Amino acid sequence: QENETVTPERAEEAKLKAKYPNLGQKPRSSDFLMKRLQKGQKYFDSGDYNMAKAKMKNKQLPSAGPDKNLVTGDHIPTPQDLPQRKSSLVTSKLAG
Amino acid sequence: SYAADIISTVEFNHSGELLATGDKGGRVVIFQQEQENKSQSHSRGEYNVYSTFQSHEPEFDYLKSLEIEEKINKIRWLPQKNAAQFLLSTNDKTIKLWKISERDKRPEGYNLKEEDGRYRDPTTVTTLRVPVFRPMDLMVEASPRRIFANAHTYHINSISINSDYETYLSADDLRINLWHLEITDRSFNIVDIKPANMEELTEVITAAEFHPNSCNTFVYSSSKGTIRLCDMRASALCDRHSKLFEEPEDPSNRSFFSEIISSISDVKFSHSGRYMMTRDYLSVKIWDLNMENRPVETYQVHEYLRSKLCSLYENDCIFDKFECCWNGSDSIVMTGSYNNFFRMFDRNTKRDITLEASRENNKPRTVLKPRKVCASGKRKKDEISVDSLDFNKKILHTAWHPKENIIAVATTNNLYIFQDKMN
Repeated sequence: QENETVTPERAEEAKLKAKYPNLGQKPRSSDFLMKRLQKGQKYFDSGDYNMAKAKMKNKQLPSAGPDKNLVTGDHIPTPQDLPQRKSSLVTSKLAG
Repeated sequence: SYAADIISTVEFNHSGELLATGDKGGRVVIFQQEQENKSQSHSRGEYNVYSTFQSHEPEFDYLKSLEIEEKINKIRWLPQKNAAQFLLSTNDKTIKLWKISERDKRPEGYNLKEEDGRYRDPTTVTTLRVPVFRPMDLMVEASPRRIFANAHTYHINSISINSDYETYLSADDLRINLWHLEITDRSFNIVDIKPANMEELTEVITAAEFHPNSCNTFVYSSSKGTIRLCDMRASALCDRHSKLFEEPEDPSNRSFFSEIISSISDVKFSHSGRYMMTRDYLSVKIWDLNMENRPVETYQVHEYLRSKLCSLYENDCIFDKFECCWNGSDSIVMTGSYNNFFRMFDRNTKRDITLEASRENNKPRTVLKPRKVCASGKRKKDEISVDSLDFNKKILHTAWHPKENIIAVATTNNLYIFQDKMN
């Protein structure tokens, strides 16, 4: 027997599938969870970096900047691009 | 405002005299309640800053290419045994035991030293005098007494001190470890849900807590909406639960979002130890430890969000982790929501209330006005429509004083302390 009324949740699901047709039937648990487990992962390949440095020679090193046309492999973060990991020397605003 | 100021945890100590907050910048700020003013019998003491220190620093694990945030995930207080106070604070990887002590006197009148510390010329010392302690301005010092490191591959979400006051547990996404407060180079793994093949991973641990009275019992919740109660007397590795708490799902209601919104973001035992409360995305559930197949009470926090799940999934809000707490007598439970709203449910009267933590909408020392969200249809005066809720204003962390009706509510980077009206 067909259920005439669609639950709010099912209606929301239909909306999401309309926007993202490639979305699987069920959220793949392992995808979400793997993303959660990998939080904080930052990759730096010293081989890529040194090869790019050697290729560039006197030229400026490509930085992970707004130039999206750079081919991956040349488009690598440089030490200058990594966020500065300084400790919090500023006092919390709650401490006045 | 700085991202570092984002409050990430709030916790009263056992007496309620102290309130600790942790933030994204790795700092801890402790507030102390003023002594009650005899002349002002109508109000309890205010909370003022007592101590602040840098608990954790950002780190980079070069071996694993892993950036370790300094954000304080949880703070738990030890019961007070002597003049000093102790608390555990943890980030994603390392737990630290901090000692907070007061110094209000210092020795003066040394024989061999001047007051500024320079040594006196011994030939000028002709008499013997005994240094005495003289009062000085109160100094509160925090020092790290133990560092419990290198025991978690995944990110720590919970710490819980055992009722034996000697051991504590720390839980990450896949494992739970048991520590002795005095021993930092060893911990025992008591739960391990990591599958042999990570492709088979279906659920993670989201929260864990020791029973308030039974030192052998603890619970942990999962991303699939289940709670497992474990007894450490049964075996060394508690992979097999003693009890499994799970509400049966209505199959006709199943959707893409079902599992995500069933994920439990917090679990808390009642003070009595008879019940436990869980928070999932849309509701708060109270479970009787003697009944595994369904909760005894369910309270809807913001049911109107059920018809907004699509956009809440797109903006990641559906993954927000709300906490919950009990009042001292276990008669009221509280949890946060969006738009800087927080909710309280009275278990006895079955009444509930929505309040707002915001400076613009509440003058200090006035009674908070209840709020109401209009789910659909015609919006009444003073109601707020679902579409005008600010989803960036989340109240994830709240705490209730263990004895009094004083609550601490953290908005993104502000702390509010409310107390009930005393006649």
